[in-house]
Amino acid sequence: MANLNQLTVHALQDLLRSGQVSPGEILTDCLSRIEQVENKVKAFITLTPELAKLQAEQAQAFLAAPSAGPQSPLAGIPMALKDNMCTKGVLTSCASKILHNFIPPYDGTMAEKLQQNHAIMVGKLNMDEFAMGSSTENSGFYPTANPWDLNRVPGGSSGGSAAAVAAEEVIFALGSDTGGSIRLPAAFCGVVGLKPTYGRVSRYGLVSYASSLDQIGPLTRDVTDCALVLNAIAGHDPRDATSAPVAVPDYTTFLKPDLKGMKVGIPREYLGAGLDPAVATVIQKAFRQLEELGAICEETSLPHTEYALPAYYLIATAEASSNLARYDGVRYGHRSDTADDIITMFNQTRAEGFGQEVKRRIMLGTYALSSGYYDAYYLKALKVRTLIKQDFDRAFEQYDLLVSPTAPNVAFKFGEKEDPLAMYLTDVCTIPVNLAGLPGISIPCGFAQGMPVGLQMIGRPFAEGTLLQAAYAYEQSTDWHRQKPELGVR
Amino acid sequence: MATEYEAVIGLEVHTELKTKSKIFCSCPTTFGGESNTHVCPVCLGLPGVLPVLNRNVVACAIKAGLALNCDIAEFSKFDRKNYYYPDLPKNFQITQYDLPICYGGYLEIRVKGEKKRIGITRIHMEEDAGKLVHQGETISRSEHTSVDYNRTGVPLLEIVSAPDLRTSEEARLYLEKLKAILEYLDISDFKMEEGSLRCDANISIRPKGSIELGTRTEIKNMNSFRALQRALEYEIQRHIKTLADGKKIIQETRTWDEGKGVTLSLRSKEEAHDYRYFPEPDLPPLVIDRAWVAELRQQQPELPDARQARFIRDYGIPDYDAQILTNSRALADYYEAVCQLYPNPKIISNWVMGELLRCLNAEGLEIIEAKVSPQHLADMLKLMDQGTISGKIAKTVFEEMFRTGQDPARIVKEKNLVQITDEAAIAEIVNQVIQTNPKVVEDYKNGTEKAFGFLVGQVMKQTRGKASPALVNRLLKERIESMA
Repeated sequence: MANLNQLTVHALQDLLRSGQVSPGEILTDCLSRIEQVENKVKAFITLTPELAKLQAEQAQAFLAAPSAGPQSPLAGIPMALKDNMCTKGVLTSCASKILHNFIPPYDGTMAEKLQQNHAIMVGKLNMDEFAMGSSTENSGFYPTANPWDLNRVPGGSSGGSAAAVAAEEVIFALGSDTGGSIRLPAAFCGVVGLKPTYGRVSRYGLVSYASSLDQIGPLTRDVTDCALVLNAIAGHDPRDATSAPVAVPDYTTFLKPDLKGMKVGIPREYLGAGLDPAVATVIQKAFRQLEELGAICEETSLPHTEYALPAYYLIATAEASSNLARYDGVRYGHRSDTADDIITMFNQTRAEGFGQEVKRRIMLGTYALSSGYYDAYYLKALKVRTLIKQDFDRAFEQYDLLVSPTAPNVAFKFGEKEDPLAMYLTDVCTIPVNLAGLPGISIPCGFAQGMPVGLQMIGRPFAEGTLLQAAYAYEQSTDWHRQKPELGVR
Repeated sequence: MATEYEAVIGLEVHTELKTKSKIFCSCPTTFGGESNTHVCPVCLGLPGVLPVLNRNVVACAIKAGLALNCDIAEFSKFDRKNYYYPDLPKNFQITQYDLPICYGGYLEIRVKGEKKRIGITRIHMEEDAGKLVHQGETISRSEHTSVDYNRTGVPLLEIVSAPDLRTSEEARLYLEKLKAILEYLDISDFKMEEGSLRCDANISIRPKGSIELGTRTEIKNMNSFRALQRALEYEIQRHIKTLADGKKIIQETRTWDEGKGVTLSLRSKEEAHDYRYFPEPDLPPLVIDRAWVAELRQQQPELPDARQARFIRDYGIPDYDAQILTNSRALADYYEAVCQLYPNPKIISNWVMGELLRCLNAEGLEIIEAKVSPQHLADMLKLMDQGTISGKIAKTVFEEMFRTGQDPARIVKEKNLVQITDEAAIAEIVNQVIQTNPKVVEDYKNGTEKAFGFLVGQVMKQTRGKASPALVNRLLKERIESMA
């Protein structure tokens, strides 16, 4: 039998229910895998093995109790959270020096829900600082490596989450996605990553980067696991006024290997200049596969796509400039110890605590909101955002689903994209989805230059079920998701 | 001839709402408490937290808007006002910028007997900041500064008047009226000393008759009604003198120094903050349900103006009395409670406005803190009517009731204050007083009215004030006349 850390949630669920394995045994396999590969992958910022062992015992007791049933498929499953989700008593750093010592006194909704489901947290995962980046190179501590090629980035910002799942250190992970930060690393690392509809999952306890775009979602080995995790984390939260009071269906009921009659649009703007030809070939093949499964695929257009990136870098940075203002050294986190007045203390704390990219975005956002520039930048960006939403609205009058590559290229090498603009272009296919607040999923659909390629599917608001159905049908007809990385160098 | 100027004044009033919990979390809003005990991750602005709007705050804002004749927005939203200060845990304040919840209202004040309408430009909701406790005078001159976040997130209404006020007195009258209305609505305590009310003023002057506006200054830190009037008076004179000296008014923010009685420059227009307002992305826009507004309108209590009119009509008391009595809801409630128990509203009004307010002011107490109940006051007035106590003794009884909260009958009995109505006993004292004061009696006979008062006083002194004044007067006059 394979090591337990290599299995999926649903496979482990069967083994746990039949009593063939215990949560402790699964945890042991995960922890030894972490010991074995973590020095190469560096997916984690914090490991919590002692806490995990305690939780495994509790999960064991829970599973043994007669009340335990199919309601808790995550019980006893080792997982990890991106380090921007608050966990009571466990460092939550956002991979930033400015929060290098921040131990939250409270649990965010994700930590709470996973505890209620008796999932086992083995640690907190690396990321781009404050979720700003596409490669995890912007971590204030160290970069995470791509398990498929340790010389390459895992994508970002949830790079630790994707790498930990791909490297089989945990069974699943949660990430957050503001402009592609779940889907891009999922694509680069060959795993499944879902960004739910804005408001589908509570943001309470998620350290904000850009409030109107941030959304938490699962990174898993396959689509079935994605549905199981989404079942556990979705739903209205009275502590998050932007979470939607929309009923949560059982997402596993959508997992049918059938796409007959599903109308699928392929936006031509997502296949434009900048798309790596090798990736294009893989993607075209995936489109044909969808057709074979019964989908009706057509080319379509989202005409305002080219304005999504600039609009995003105004809206997200404007919100970030305000969201990140609280890191001033007064109450928690890093405080400069060489300042002797309050203004200098603010300035030095932030100069010392924030990395380059975070500073760049704070400055961009501050500028965009400044008196005299607001209308030209921020307000205009909001108008563009509306146009982008309308593009999608029109497309969804005709199609059930839109598909595209998740990224125009495969994972790149460390240091390859030093120019911030080149880095920003990596998110060109994912950013419009956040601006429109829609659900998007990335699933493995092949390899180019030996690196995984992701297929992105975009759905109507709260149509995660449709996404999961299409993703499942595609997945079941291929075996890309069964490929394992070697944790070597290409 | 010197130019005659008039002032143009607008007030921005911040008042804390007395909701049970804070505007965006469930922490209590209670004043005081040990530092940093009424706090939670949300009002401390910890990483990851989100605000959730307290519906009662919106209800209070709508109630205020309706009472101040405002339109209630159908669509409103919150915005962030960004600035760095250690009492502000997120380094931005959640407030309302361009779409306030209420706009376009007014209230009426009475200036020299004339009604005057003062426009209300807007009312919006926002969160309060914490409190800094400096070791020295200011944050920059202190060895260290502590911060208390108990007040952080307490809901505030900002009520902005139109520049319709022309004198410092009008400004004070406006603020008093606003206080009364909010008190009637039971949404704010308006306690300046606890910082639950803060008032800023925009002020400029112009030659009387001119319609152009002069350069304005903004005055902050006026922490009482008296301070408001003094500060505005000072600032008006400062503007006049500046212009008279041939200088220009500088547009700036100034602070009132209560101790020195002057306004001082705080910052110039050029140094003004750029607050980089933008819509609060963590809170969905507010769509105000019309049915809810109608419901709140229906629940609106009687307001000061209506109550004043009713007092004049139903109790037949003078305008002046009705205005004083209705200035405070609690005082008016007290007055009406006594009216239920005693049939002469004017006598009640005299006692409430006279003795009761005098005693309260002397002790610095609010009406709700008064120990003397409406029942006690009514009983005391009845004792007077029955002749058990005199008007003079009644004042003593009242003071005792005010001090101890005991009922008047018991005070009269225990202190032996029952009026002496025994004619023989008083006559004896009257004779004695006449005999020992022959010169005074002579003066009275020669037309010195004051002398009679002295003789009455002597009788009262000997009876420790308990003699029936009417009886004393009659007996004294009879005896002196019979002497002639």
